[in-house]
Amino acid sequence: MIEALNLILVTMILGLAAWTIVVRDTFAATVGFLVYGLLLALAWVSLRAIDVALTEVAIGAGLTGALLIGAASRLKQVVTARGDEPGMLTRLMAGLVSAAVAGGLAACILALPEPAPTLAEAVAANLGATGVGNPITGVLMAFRALDTLLEATVLLFAVVGVWSLAPDRAWGGRAGPAHRSDPNGILAYLGRVLPPIGIVIAIYILWVGADDPGGKFQGATILAAMWTLVIMAGLVDVPPVSRTSLRLALVAGPAVFIALGAVGAAAGGAFLAWPAGLEKALIVVVEVALMPSLAVTLGLLLAGAPGRPA
Amino acid sequence: MSAIADILSVAAIVGGAFFFMAGTVGLLRFPDTLTRLHALTKADNLGLGLIVLGLIPRLDSAFDAAKLVVIWLLVLLASAVVSQLVARAARRGGLQQ
Repeated sequence: MIEALNLILVTMILGLAAWTIVVRDTFAATVGFLVYGLLLALAWVSLRAIDVALTEVAIGAGLTGALLIGAASRLKQVVTARGDEPGMLTRLMAGLVSAAVAGGLAACILALPEPAPTLAEAVAANLGATGVGNPITGVLMAFRALDTLLEATVLLFAVVGVWSLAPDRAWGGRAGPAHRSDPNGILAYLGRVLPPIGIVIAIYILWVGADDPGGKFQGATILAAMWTLVIMAGLVDVPPVSRTSLRLALVAGPAVFIALGAVGAAAGGAFLAWPAGLEKALIVVVEVALMPSLAVTLGLLLAGAPGRPA
Repeated sequence: MSAIADILSVAAIVGGAFFFMAGTVGLLRFPDTLTRLHALTKADNLGLGLIVLGLIPRLDSAFDAAKLVVIWLLVLLASAVVSQLVARAARRGGLQQ
């Protein structure tokens, strides 16, 4: 029975992937990609990888989907204004490069020895030392904390990259269009009602991440979504990129992470080695510090490059 | 007692699945945006509500049941708002049929 359901799921994922590539309308392809992400999350649930499923829904479908919808609507304006659609050669090259990447990944997966190499047993044996109950959090915040630090730093660089696309006259200004909506309308209503609930849920997801699926990334995505909703409802404006408090909020999380990592180095271990007895406390401090920074980072990535004066 | 709970669960989940099916058929077959929205809200509101109702007897803790109910309420809120936004865009002629 479960196998029949999995078969239906896989067929739907492959069919939707093909449809997303073949369909001509950019917006339709984006919606196809969004639903594809949701189905992929169901596949992860079926593999009992709940943490991956949560991240896929939040980042893969939600955030990337929102970015792609923004890109699709911009592309539509450019194409209708100039009439320059990509030529046959460009399309063919893009298709070939994508197929090569997909083929390379498939070859890597098929070349794995059976059973695949795993460190799961080592993680399970040593998880007690970290003080957290969720092995994913243990790996991300203790055994491979350096990877998580680099991940958070890469997102910061992504914001710098997006900002660098700003034209000179708009530098230091605000991103995107100024959103206005009816102050008594339904969007403004949702912008007032939903954020308090969303903030509580984000903190809950961060907190249960110690022992159950969840964590700072998923919580930060919810916070970023709430912020974006309030901006789109016209209740607050995007902060100008020259604002000092905004830049401090961006770097605070990674800075706390690096500072506590240096404490580990000074305490005699290595960089990011948590001192014995303090593991759980330090992991919680880092996660709590990272979540707001990540939320601001993701929100600014969605907002895009500054385009109008402050 | 557990037999009654099982019967309730199955009945509610089958009912929920029926509303999802009916909503999907309506979404595909109805002629314009407003009637399609009408079909879709049946799936969101009644379909998901009945499925949540059917799942509650199968949970161990009241906290988990409360979480499911909160998810249903949030979906109700979101679908009501999105329906309004889509309907307004359609009325202004921004959407093709």
